[in-house]
Amino acid sequence: MSTADFLLELRCEEIPARMQAGARADLEKLFRKELEAAGLKAGAITVWSTPRRLALIARDLPLATDAVSEEVKGPRTSAPEQALEGFLRKTGLSKDQLTERDGVWFAITEKPGRATEDVLAAAIPAIIRAFPWPKSQRWGAASIATDALRWVRPLSGIVAILGEDLVECEVGGIRSGYATAGHRFHHHGEITIGGAHDYADKLRACHVIVDHAEREGIVREQAKAAAAAAGLVLVEDEGLVIENAGLTEWPVPLLGRFDEAFLDVPPEVIQLTARVNQKYFICVESSSPSLLGEGDRPQDGGGAPPSDAAASATSPSKLGEDRKLANAFVCTANIAATDGGAAIVDGNRKVLAARLSDARFFWEQDKKKPLVEHAEKLGRITFHEKLGTVAQRQDRFVALVDAFQGQLADAVPAAKQAAAILKADLVTEMVGEFPELQGLMGGYYARAESLPDAVVAAVRDHYKPVGQADALPDEDAAVLTALVDKVDALVGFFGADLKPTGSKDPFALRRAALGVIRLVTEKGLRLALGQLFDASAQLYRQQGVEMESPSSDLLSFIADRLKVQQREAGVRHDLIDAVFALGGEDDLVRLLARVHALQAFVGTEDGTNLLAGYKRAANILKKEEANDQTAGAHGEGVVPPTGEEDPLVLVDDPAFKDIAAQFAHPERTLSYQPEPAEAALIAALDAAEPQASDAVAAEDFTAAMAALASLRAPIDAFFDQVTVNDADANKRASRLGILSRFRAAVHKVADFSRIEG
Amino acid sequence: MILRLHAFWGEQGCLILQPYDMRMGAGTFHTATTLRALGPEPWNAAFVQPCRRPTDGRYGENPNRLQHYYQYQVILKPSPENLQELYLQSLVEIGIDPLVHDIRFVEDDWESPTLGAWGLGWEVWCDGMEVTQFTYFQQMGGFDCRPVAGELTYGLERLAMYIQGVDNVYDLAFNAPRGNRPGVTYGEVFLENEKQMSKWNFEVADTDSLFEGFRRAEEECRRSLDANVPIAAYEQAIEASHLFNLLQARGVISVQERASYMARVRDLARGSCEAYMAKFKDEWAVKYPEWAA
Repeated sequence: MSTADFLLELRCEEIPARMQAGARADLEKLFRKELEAAGLKAGAITVWSTPRRLALIARDLPLATDAVSEEVKGPRTSAPEQALEGFLRKTGLSKDQLTERDGVWFAITEKPGRATEDVLAAAIPAIIRAFPWPKSQRWGAASIATDALRWVRPLSGIVAILGEDLVECEVGGIRSGYATAGHRFHHHGEITIGGAHDYADKLRACHVIVDHAEREGIVREQAKAAAAAAGLVLVEDEGLVIENAGLTEWPVPLLGRFDEAFLDVPPEVIQLTARVNQKYFICVESSSPSLLGEGDRPQDGGGAPPSDAAASATSPSKLGEDRKLANAFVCTANIAATDGGAAIVDGNRKVLAARLSDARFFWEQDKKKPLVEHAEKLGRITFHEKLGTVAQRQDRFVALVDAFQGQLADAVPAAKQAAAILKADLVTEMVGEFPELQGLMGGYYARAESLPDAVVAAVRDHYKPVGQADALPDEDAAVLTALVDKVDALVGFFGADLKPTGSKDPFALRRAALGVIRLVTEKGLRLALGQLFDASAQLYRQQGVEMESPSSDLLSFIADRLKVQQREAGVRHDLIDAVFALGGEDDLVRLLARVHALQAFVGTEDGTNLLAGYKRAANILKKEEANDQTAGAHGEGVVPPTGEEDPLVLVDDPAFKDIAAQFAHPERTLSYQPEPAEAALIAALDAAEPQASDAVAAEDFTAAMAALASLRAPIDAFFDQVTVNDADANKRASRLGILSRFRAAVHKVADFSRIEG
Repeated sequence: MILRLHAFWGEQGCLILQPYDMRMGAGTFHTATTLRALGPEPWNAAFVQPCRRPTDGRYGENPNRLQHYYQYQVILKPSPENLQELYLQSLVEIGIDPLVHDIRFVEDDWESPTLGAWGLGWEVWCDGMEVTQFTYFQQMGGFDCRPVAGELTYGLERLAMYIQGVDNVYDLAFNAPRGNRPGVTYGEVFLENEKQMSKWNFEVADTDSLFEGFRRAEEECRRSLDANVPIAAYEQAIEASHLFNLLQARGVISVQERASYMARVRDLARGSCEAYMAKFKDEWAVKYPEWAA
């Protein structure tokens, strides 16, 4: 069957740059869906975008769909005449057109293939009407009607050519044609397209590069080249590459200079002003000792090919102290200007100068007062209506830092000093203008007033880590301020019952919890989180905020976040549960050490078998305890177990305790001659119990696992050779006691009932 | 520049109107924009509107920010198919060559919470400077715009700075020197005004009477609505909106109160738009059956 290439161009007024990647994907998806519905298969499909058009080329599209034969079952031949008449009416056939098979009438219709042109003529309007723009609008005279066509901006033309033939269609008063438009300023009048084969070339001749990836390449390479030509190095920024390519049909990167005097302003401020407000690249001096290498790409844009990444997902390279900002910018024009771009560069320079003078004004104003004075205004800023002001927060930070002992004790003085001004930059003009510079500006202002380096770092880095990929603070004082900032928020919002629910986490508490986890585990901080939470809640109460300490809620929240975070490191969530279930463990460093040892152990043959033995013992005991509870429940009002609770709770139950106590040292109380396997297990328990306890106390979890491993052979032998459910009640009780001891011994290390498998 | 814009848009069939004689934050508040954007009747107009934004005052010390400045507004309903081309031609008319200067349409969706209005469009950049807001109105006073109007708002001072090549608004030449009489600058005309009005906006204005004025405007708006004179009611919405801006500049409205004041202004604007629609609904429905549908 013959095939042809199909070209579709949807032309409209400027599409926002940030929507173009999504629009390309949606166009392809909708087009494939229409093809599939019609039973058509295309070769390669290419989609392109510019600010003024979306284009799709489908290669090797068959010119018609396949013929299909449709069979509809009718009444039996023996059925009354009326049934047959009804069937004939329904199918629109006469009796001699029906086929009889096995005493049943069938209507068989041969559906000829449809011309692909017709399929496309129907598909194009359907695609346009169904297009899922994030935001769309109505326009023009047609918008007087309620059901007017919607598009991202007014739709102005459709080119639809199959081979060299026009696919005639119409939507919202716009008819398809061969004509399109070239560059807005470089080409006037219409361009006639022949088909998919000449589309890109004809546009290129009219100053339109329709392939977005090609434009991205031009912006990326020529911006770099422009910087190099000026003896500078471009700060690469894939987000800006994509955005500028999405704003232009004929991108021309141009380098300009701004007044050197602005370099007094912190470089991040200049970068942000240039990037966010003006979409400019910035440059660093090439004499900087550490230059941007090829590998110095933004972290979160790393994996995906640049053209697929959303502009917002790619952040610029970070400026470092070792890279001196140059007084240069690179803007991307959309024209090859007749004066070579001199006027454009000059105009952009002025705009940037105006913005930078605003920024410098803020910087100078802010520096006139020390942070302590700025901080006075925090008393007027509400942290949360239930949790007081930001000034009160800072007071709590100071007190909480003060309570730190041990590992970080040396950093306490600097951290305390920082804690008192931690949020002062929030009320500076600069952070008012650029909220994303919070923390960083605090650090700059702290340095400007010559505070010690540790204090500067503790102010600057206290928001860290923001997420899993962000770096941790280096300075101990900053580790402290980062920790108290997050703990205070977690305790406050949990205490006020404003916990995250489902996908809603308006106070970013999951991120705060992850921050706490990373700070504690990666810095190896030995601390009892429960006590820290209690202390924080106490500070809230002292300020008149009524709250119970949300410590236990928070610990299980932290446990959940820990499981998610550790999954990536390959740590099993059930093993984290098994250790958490023992209760009372809020030292995350110790907890993870135990989990790691446990994971190593359950991976061994001893571990697997011991787990099997444990489960068998636990099942027997559970059944027994349930009976016991039911018996004890008579008249005593004991709540019967549900089968879900922690077995350890039952061990402590008074009804069972007597039995357990009686057999705590069976060798002294046994009234019968134990079988060899029974005696061996008792002996093994006698040896393993203190070993496990001592090892746990010494935090030598590998040794604790080894102690458990020593029980594996005896428990296996016990189950092989000893009948627990002996007719002799005395023997039975005694053996249950041994199993109970075994279970308790295992629980010294971890709650094996939580382990899967 | 204004004369050239008038000539150009007059050619395109726009009525050349005069500024509205009330204090307002943007040309969009002019009844020729807000109220005329409602309903099905075609409407094409162009006018200059002085705007007051008390919180933008900088005592004459910032070369780009003013508490009083001028906008050039064009409103075309329904939005013509070639609105972008017309706009670009108007730039050529005032001396901007699009093959020398980089003109760009950068996404910027417009929303006025106090008018209950929004639209999609762009800020138009000329060599990186925003010179025009270009909007297709989608809703006004909470009502769908049927048909949609296109609105162009030129920042006159910015364009003039651009064309004259000056970095400071106060250095703009207001006229050309004549003989041995030197020209007059924008600063000579407006600098003292900026200084005094910034001081009044931020420090002097009596907040009690501003609050009282706000309450009175609200009350008067209601009375006007009851009397079925929606244009008069809408004027009170304009008044309330400006008094709210002054109260903000005086720093006497807290963050929490801010939202509630904005909602109060929006209620006035919405009520006025609703009454305006109600007044003409039947007449429009007869003339424009597809609108009534």
